[in-house]
Amino acid sequence: MKEYKLPDSITNDKLVELYKQMWVIRYFDEKVDQFFAKGMIHGTTHLCVGQEATAAGAIAVLREEDKITSTHRGHGHCIAKGATPDRMMAELFGKATGYCKGKGGSMHIADLDKGNLGANGIVGGGIPLAVGAALTSKMKQKGYVVLCFFGDGATNEGSFHESLNLASIWKLPVVFFCENNQYGMSGSVKEMVNIENLADRAVAYGIPGKVVDGNNILEVMEVTHEAVEHARSGKGPVLIEAKTYRWKGHSKSDARKYRTREEEQEWRKKDPIKRFKEYLIDKGLLTEEKAEQLREEAFQEIEDAVKYAESSPEPAIESLLEDVYA
Amino acid sequence: MREITYLEAVREAMTQEMRRNEDVYLMGEDIGVYGGAFGVTRGMIEEFGPERIRNTPISEAAIAGAAVGSALTGMRPILEIQFSDFITIALDQIVNQAAKLRYMFGGKGKVPMVVRTPGGSGTGAAAQHSQSLEAWTVHIPGLKVVQPSTAYDAKGLLKAAIDDDNPVIFYEHKLLYKTKGHVPEEPYSIPLGKADIKREGKDVTIVATSIMVHRALEAAKELEKEGIDVEIVDPRTLVPLDEETIVRSVKKTGRVVIVHEAVKRGGIGGEIAGVIAESEAFDYLDAPIKRLGGLPVPIPYNPKLEKAAVPQVPDIIKAVKETVHFK
Repeated sequence: MKEYKLPDSITNDKLVELYKQMWVIRYFDEKVDQFFAKGMIHGTTHLCVGQEATAAGAIAVLREEDKITSTHRGHGHCIAKGATPDRMMAELFGKATGYCKGKGGSMHIADLDKGNLGANGIVGGGIPLAVGAALTSKMKQKGYVVLCFFGDGATNEGSFHESLNLASIWKLPVVFFCENNQYGMSGSVKEMVNIENLADRAVAYGIPGKVVDGNNILEVMEVTHEAVEHARSGKGPVLIEAKTYRWKGHSKSDARKYRTREEEQEWRKKDPIKRFKEYLIDKGLLTEEKAEQLREEAFQEIEDAVKYAESSPEPAIESLLEDVYA
Repeated sequence: MREITYLEAVREAMTQEMRRNEDVYLMGEDIGVYGGAFGVTRGMIEEFGPERIRNTPISEAAIAGAAVGSALTGMRPILEIQFSDFITIALDQIVNQAAKLRYMFGGKGKVPMVVRTPGGSGTGAAAQHSQSLEAWTVHIPGLKVVQPSTAYDAKGLLKAAIDDDNPVIFYEHKLLYKTKGHVPEEPYSIPLGKADIKREGKDVTIVATSIMVHRALEAAKELEKEGIDVEIVDPRTLVPLDEETIVRSVKKTGRVVIVHEAVKRGGIGGEIAGVIAESEAFDYLDAPIKRLGGLPVPIPYNPKLEKAAVPQVPDIIKAVKETVHFK
C-alpha cells in the first residue's frame, strides 16, 4: 500500500473523522439536491457531490488560523472549515438563523470567525481576495496561509492570471487550489484550454505547479500540506490542480447534454469516499461496521440540520436595509 | 494660513494617516519612485518604504481584489487607480465584492478601503483617459462616492474616507491637481455626506461638482456684474448625498441649475434633479430645473472639440440666465 507523507496533525483519529466529514458533505448536497428537485427552496445551488476529497483533504492540513476563499460550489469547503450544517441549511432556506441571516444563500456563505472568507458567485472573483488576505498575513506577520479554491473555468479569467503573478512577485502565503472537475458549466476543459494540465500555468508565474488525483484524499492532503508549508515559510505561492468530477449537473437546471452517461459512470467508479474507506479498512483504522455507523451519523446530522432550518424564523422585513454599510 | 495644491493636500492626508495608523497602506501602478502618473505619491516611498507604498504590476483586477481581501482581514488600503477610466477593469472587485461582502455575509466583516482615482477631461488624453464615470459607482449600494473640488476639501474628505469602514471611491480631478487653496497643516476630517455652500446668493442655485464648482464660481462673478446673485452648492460627496442642503438652497432661491462634467444622460444631475422635484422645494420652483452635463460623445482629442464636449463657463452663464429670466 502506498505511504503518504502527512502532517502530524493528521492522526489516525483525524483520518476517521475525515471519513465521516466526507459523508456529511455528500449528504448535505444530496439533501439540497432533493429539496431543489421538489421545489422546496428557491434560487439556485451548485453541488460538490463527487468532489468531497478536495474540500475535506485540502482543508484538513490547514492550521486553525489559516484562511480559505471558496467558490459557488462551496458547501464542502464550508463544512470542512468548521461551519455547522444546521446554520448552512438555514441559510439555504433563507432563514434568519443562517450564516448570512438569509441574505446570501448558497453562493455567499462565509464564516469569518472560522477563517472562511466566503463562497463567491463570480467565477474567479475570490482569487484576488485570497491574495489580499495573504498580503495582510505578510504585512502584519500573522503567519497564516490562505487556501484559495477555484474551478477549472476560473483559470481562464484574467483575475486568475493577475493574481498568480501578483502573489508570486510578492511571495505571498497563498496556495491556489484548482478543483478541475472537468466542466465550467457546459464548457469542457478539453474544449476551453489547449493544455493537458492546468497546473502547467504555474510556470508562467515562476511558481511550483502540482497535479494531484482529486479523488484521493490522502494524495490531496500530502500535496496540499507540502504547498501550505512552502507558502508559510515565505517561499511564495503554489498552484495545485486536483483532477476530479462533479457527479451532478452545474446547477439545479442542467440536463447534462454536454457529456455522456458513460463518462459519468466511469468517474463514479472513482468515488473518493469509497476509495478512502478501502484505504482505512486496509490500514486497520476502520471496520465495515464502524464505517456504516459513521455514515449513519452523518446522515442524521443532515436530518437534524434540516429540522433546525425548517423550524427557524424568516428574517424580519425590517432587516432588509441592515448591513449595507458598516 | 498656508496655501498648498490639491495634489499636495491629497498626499498630505495620506501621509498623515499612514504615520498615525500602521494598517493604512497604499497600492497602485507606478506609485513608487515614479511618484504616480500625476505625482501625487511623490516622496512617499522614501518615507514609508516599498512595503507600505506597494508598486504593483498593471493588474487592476488583482490589485483591487487584493485591496478588498486585505481590508476584509484588517488592513485599511488606499488603492490608486491611475486613470478613473481603468476602473472598468477593477469593477468586478469593487462592485461585486467590496460593495456587497458585508451585506451578503449577513453583516459580518467590513471593507475599509479607499479607491483614489483621477477623472475628467482637459488634458488631451482623449476618449480612454478622460471620462467622468462617477455615476456608475453612485448606483451601487454599499459604496460611498466622494468628489472633492478644492484642496481643503480634498484633505479633509480623504481623511474621512480612510477612517470610514466602507469602500469609498474618491474621484480626484486631473485639472484640479495644481489648483491652490488654504489648507491647515494639522489633520482634520470633513464628514462624508455634508455639502458645502461655496458661494452664498439669493437669485439662483447652482449645484456643481468637482471642477464645475470652479467654473460655476467664475460664472457667478460674471453674473454678479449683471445683478444676478448666484448660490453655489458643492455636494462634495455623491453618496451619501446631502439632500437637505440642496433642498434648502433651492427653497431659498426658487431656481436651480445643476452642472457636472460627466455625460448628462444617466449622470448624477438627474438624481439631484429628482431629489429636488420630489422634495418640498418643488413648490418653491419658479423655473424648470436645468441640467448641464457632458455631451453624449466619447471625449475627443482635438482641444477645441474636447472643450466643446463638456460644460464651460459661458454655458453655465447662459443656463443661469435662461433660468433666472424664465417667466
